Amino acid sequence: MSMLKQNRQYLREKIISSREDGRSHTEYRPITIKTGVLDKAEGSARVTIGKSDVLVGVKMDIGTPFPDSPKEGILMVNSEFSAIASPDFENGPPREDSIELSRVIDRGIRESHTIDVGKLCIEEGEKVWMVFADINILNYDGNLIDAAGIATIAALMTANIPKIEKDGTINRDDESKSALPVTEIPVPVSAGLINGIIVVDMTKNEEKCADAVMTITTKKDGNFCAMQKAGPSALSEEQILNIAELSQKESKKIRSMIEKAVKANKN
Amino acid sequence: MASNVPKKYEKLIVNGKRLDGRKLDELRPTKIEVGIIPSADGSAYVEVGKTKVMAAVHGPKEMFPRHMMNEDRAVLNVRYAMLPFSTSDRIRPGPSRRSNEISKVARHALESVIFLEEYPTMGIDLTLDVIQADAGTRATAITAGAVALAHAGIPMKGLVAATAMGKIDGKLAVDLNGPEDNFGDTDMPFAMVSTNKDITLLQMDGDFTPDEFKKALSMAKKAIEPIFEEQRKALLRYHE
Repeated sequence: MSMLKQNRQYLREKIISSREDGRSHTEYRPITIKTGVLDKAEGSARVTIGKSDVLVGVKMDIGTPFPDSPKEGILMVNSEFSAIASPDFENGPPREDSIELSRVIDRGIRESHTIDVGKLCIEEGEKVWMVFADINILNYDGNLIDAAGIATIAALMTANIPKIEKDGTINRDDESKSALPVTEIPVPVSAGLINGIIVVDMTKNEEKCADAVMTITTKKDGNFCAMQKAGPSALSEEQILNIAELSQKESKKIRSMIEKAVKANKN
Repeated sequence: MASNVPKKYEKLIVNGKRLDGRKLDELRPTKIEVGIIPSADGSAYVEVGKTKVMAAVHGPKEMFPRHMMNEDRAVLNVRYAMLPFSTSDRIRPGPSRRSNEISKVARHALESVIFLEEYPTMGIDLTLDVIQADAGTRATAITAGAVALAHAGIPMKGLVAATAMGKIDGKLAVDLNGPEDNFGDTDMPFAMVSTNKDITLLQMDGDFTPDEFKKALSMAKKAIEPIFEEQRKALLRYHE
């Protein structure tokens, strides 16, 4: 459903002084992170940012490694914009936006070497663990990349590797399962440009008015590990550097929330 | 980063020079040709080192599918593809997740410079075919796409050129080639508008300190200027 042109124009002008929900331009909506929300999944998390709601489940299976990395496990990030979440979403094969979302999150995790894939080898060249992170959008009210990114890393951090029995079958119920080796906490922070103003954590209405969006994923040490500019408009060098600074600041706060939520699950 | 680095690529910078002899801020040899596809409204061929891309514009024309039509402006429809024979392992034809994403970012990289409002309800199809890939295919495709659009006579605010910045052996380098992309640390595709120097494509994966990122941006901005020059020359040559 597209937004009325008049509404769009109004919001674009109004954003200079205030946002529709009264937040400052650099303020996130309340974030909630719950881990261990599913029993059948190896790891799971549900994250809300305002009304946006994302559920991620991690499943693991035994697969064949890629020929160029015979000793490494495989990570696959996939996302589904289910029609349940918004009248804008349709069922069917993944569309551009959902492909972009999962690829941006995948890059953040992969490029920061978050998962120690070397520890996921079962039999060199033959058998490795494949880690599937499936992102499901439950409700769409903007900023899905950040919500999905937080949920994905939280789900991975709480995931356990199932036990392999002597006959080669997978036992997912055994108590002696070990934790998935996760060494980094990459956090994506997205900011948009609306009528010349940089705005973090955009709502759905704000996203519909935005000229461009920039997602920057930051690691524990403050370095960047992934970036993606989206949206039809250009950004100036100055605007990009401002967003980079914002992302560094916000990602620190969000990372400590993730750590807290993961700890709560382990206790 | 691949874990098994062949011996000859263990070091990507030797005696201050890259393996192909370039300096850190030097582009690969770039060749641009305009009007290579006679039946298209606009077309271009761009070669950057061993990366070769063909671009063709069809339109502005009636928008198809009809439900994607926009009453206020034309719709730019970009389709990026790596042809099956463009890499050492054959690529399965048809759209992939990667090509879908690149088509999207390429569209965003180009549409802000086009006066799309001049052609309400119309569609502009831009096809970007990579015929040989040796890193920097999306950047080369965007450079080619801008020239093809200009050749089609579509009014634009400026040209767009792109390159990939990166970090190899811990040092910032411009326009990564295949091995540098495969065995380097960081890759940052980047596109800029010739007139106001705004940035229309920015992606990154790998590792950058905030300081390196700042330097990478200014290095990319500088390095890209010769590409604008080649684009202009190619367009002028065609009209001579």
